[in-house]
Parts: sequence; structure tokens; C-alpha cells
Amino acid sequence: MSIIIAVGVLAAVGALCALLLVISSKYMAVPVDEKFPIVRGCLPGANCGACGYAGCDGYASALVSGDEDKPNKCVAGGADVAKALAEALGTEAGEVIPMVAVTKCRGNCEATSKKADYQGTRTCAAAKLLHGGDGACSYGCLGYGDCAAACPEGGINIINGVAHFNSNKCIGCGICAKTCPQGIISIVPAAAPVRVLCSNKEKGAQAGKNCKNACIGCGLCMKNCPNGAVTVQNNLAVIDYEKCTGCGKCKEVCPKKVIG
Amino acid sequence: MRPFSKLLFIAFSMIFTQNYVLVQFIAICPFLGVSQNFDSCIGMSGAVIFVMTLASAVTWAIYTYIMIPLELTYLSTIIFILVIAALVQFVEIFLKKFLPPLYSALGIYLPLITTNCAVLAVTLLNISEGYTFVQSCVDGFSAGVGFGLALVIFCGVRKAVERAKPPKSWQGLPITLMAAALTSMTFMGFTGIADNLFK
Repeated sequence: MSIIIAVGVLAAVGALCALLLVISSKYMAVPVDEKFPIVRGCLPGANCGACGYAGCDGYASALVSGDEDKPNKCVAGGADVAKALAEALGTEAGEVIPMVAVTKCRGNCEATSKKADYQGTRTCAAAKLLHGGDGACSYGCLGYGDCAAACPEGGINIINGVAHFNSNKCIGCGICAKTCPQGIISIVPAAAPVRVLCSNKEKGAQAGKNCKNACIGCGLCMKNCPNGAVTVQNNLAVIDYEKCTGCGKCKEVCPKKVIG
Repeated sequence: MRPFSKLLFIAFSMIFTQNYVLVQFIAICPFLGVSQNFDSCIGMSGAVIFVMTLASAVTWAIYTYIMIPLELTYLSTIIFILVIAALVQFVEIFLKKFLPPLYSALGIYLPLITTNCAVLAVTLLNISEGYTFVQSCVDGFSAGVGFGLALVIFCGVRKAVERAKPPKSWQGLPITLMAAALTSMTFMGFTGIADNLFK
């Protein structure tokens, strides 16, 4: 008799639990838009956040719900993903300019020196806290690889004390630019013909003393640019890509080869 | 012991002296699996505290009002597993519908908890200690807090270990297990405190 009670009670508890789950899943079901898995499938899944949403799921649900109407925000996926998304949603793809990251510093071990022998935690963020870093140039790449650790694609290598980008792997998400405590990584159009590879805002003589490859703010690039695209602000050359035609004049005249 | 100080005693001993993870070595799997970053630690701890408190309350009621009258106390393990699994599923559905922010924070951790042995352990312990309803709930809640504390502490330890760059043969799981052992030893320092504190 007792075994029947035991079996009965166990079965009853099981059945009650099952009933509870069945009823709750019926009455508390949350409708999921059937487009969502298709849209989510178009996205690369790097969860880099370059689109401005928290990961690919966030962007996909914004697209499906109609809060977001631009399918070309995925920097990592580029034009192909924008096209696929537009097809899935039935909208216009729009233009996608492929972007890449670039280190605005050429202060490698030969060009610049260390002002201190830093023995602390081997991260840029920690080194930066101590008198602005251990490099002679306080604007330059610290070389402890915070950006390399943060890169979701593993596309950054620290070579000779400076972060180098593997242009095949870079998806232009900009996580490295946000991570860098020096703020010397910028996201530029992949097709940009010329880039300023220095961030030093010191006066020419001081900049030259700290690093052989520093921009000394001489202004030759500014004077020779036929379109007025290059200006020198705070002793540092700045290129306006709206005006730049890619003639390469600035690259030729730069005495320090800062523009490359 | 007065009722209130008994509750304090239960809470203190579950969080510190009888900490499930670091002293009793229950729920080591999520402890090692989820402690890699701080956000998931908080999410997992929140889900565990929530489920443990709820499971303590529900299983206590089932035990007292169904299993004792029918003399089925020997079935407690299997019935509790059944109830906890169903409960976690129900909580997941409920949160998805009525508390979407909480669901997105805890959602992915809830199915993991179905098989978290600490939840079963806390419900069985409530029975064997003969706790009242309120004591069971406090026990469940503080066991969850203890789990969360261990997780958060160990998350910090892991960050420090990563930065220290251990020898290659120790990297990954070996150094993590060693660090876990050392962290657990620090909790031995609490042994004996609870008995004297709540005399």
C-alpha cells in the first residue's frame, strides 16, 4: 500500500509541476518576432558594439522592432552585411564606408626612449597613471598592449614598442580606440590615402627631442596642400578627409615622414 | 538562543563559517565557470539568491504539509529535484513576461541553476536541521549571499592571477584551482567565530 502512495504522490507532484509549466508557458508566452532569427543570422556575431547597441542581439532586435531604420550600422560586417540586412528587412542598404584603426604614433624603440624604468603592472592603463606613462614622449604609444588584449579579432600586435594593426583582421569596431588610455588610436576610412602618424602636441624642438619621428608642426604639409585639407593645430598636422583628394603632396614634403 | 539571534546565527554561518562554495565545496562547477568576469558573477549570484530563497520556501511547505503527513520523508531528494527544476523553469517564464529587465540580467543563468547542487543542498539542509519556515527562507537567502560573496571574491583573485602571468604550465585551470584552494583557506579563519559570537 505504502509504495502505491509513494508512486502516487510523486506522480501527482510531477503532474502538478507539468501543469503549472504548461499553463504558465501558454498564458505568459512572449511573442518573438519571426524576423529576429533571420536578421540576427545576417550579423557577424562579433558583439563589438560599433553599431551603438549592446551586441549583435541588441542591434537585431532594434532593427526588427523598427526602432532602428538604418541597416548599414554594422561596421564589422561592412557592405555585404548591410545588403543582407536590407534584403531581410526589405529596405535600402545605404552606403557603408569601411573603416580601419590606425595608431597615430611611430615612436618605436629606436625613435624614442624611456624616461623611467617602469616595474608596475604591465598594462597601459596602469603605466599611464604613473606620471603619464614611462615614455619620453607623453603622447606616444605605451606599448603594453591594452588594445591588443581588448581587440575582439586578435588583430593587434605590439611590434618594437608600438601597436600595429593587421589590416586584414581589423573590422573598424573602435574598441581599441576606446581602450587606449593615450587616445592615440583613431578610426579612419580604409581608403584614406594619407594619415597623420603622430599625436605629439608639444612645440617642435621639444617634440623632436623626445622622439625622432614626432610631428614638429613645421607646417610644410599645410603650405603644400593644393586643397587646404591639411592644417596644423596645436603643433600637430590634421587632415580633413572631406577636402583631401589623395594627391600625396603632404606625404612627399613632410621632413619627418609623419604623414604616411 | 532567542529567535532573532538564531536567524542572525543562520545567516552568519551560511555566509562565512559554512560558506557552501569555499568551506563545504558545493557548487564548485559554477564557481569556476562563471567567475571570469564581474558582471556575470553578479548576474549568477542574483539568480542563485533568488532561486534558493524561493526553493527553500516551497520545499519546506511541501515537506511539512505533504510529505510528513503521508510519511514520505525518504522521498525528499527526488521530490525536491523535481520541484526545483519546475520552479526554475516557471521563474524563467514569469520573469520573461513580467520583468524583462531582470530576465535579461539573469536569464541565461537560470537554466544553469536547475542543476546547481547548492540549491538542492540548501533545501535538504533545512529539513535535516529542522528549521521553521522563516529560518528556512533566511537559510536559503544567506546561502545564496555566501555563494555570491565567494564568486565576487574569487573573480577579483582571478583578475590578479591573470595579471601576474604565471608560468606557462600553470596557466588556465591549474593556477585557477590553486587560487581557489588558497581562497578557501582564508575562509577557515571564520571557523569558531559564529559559535562564540551568538552564544
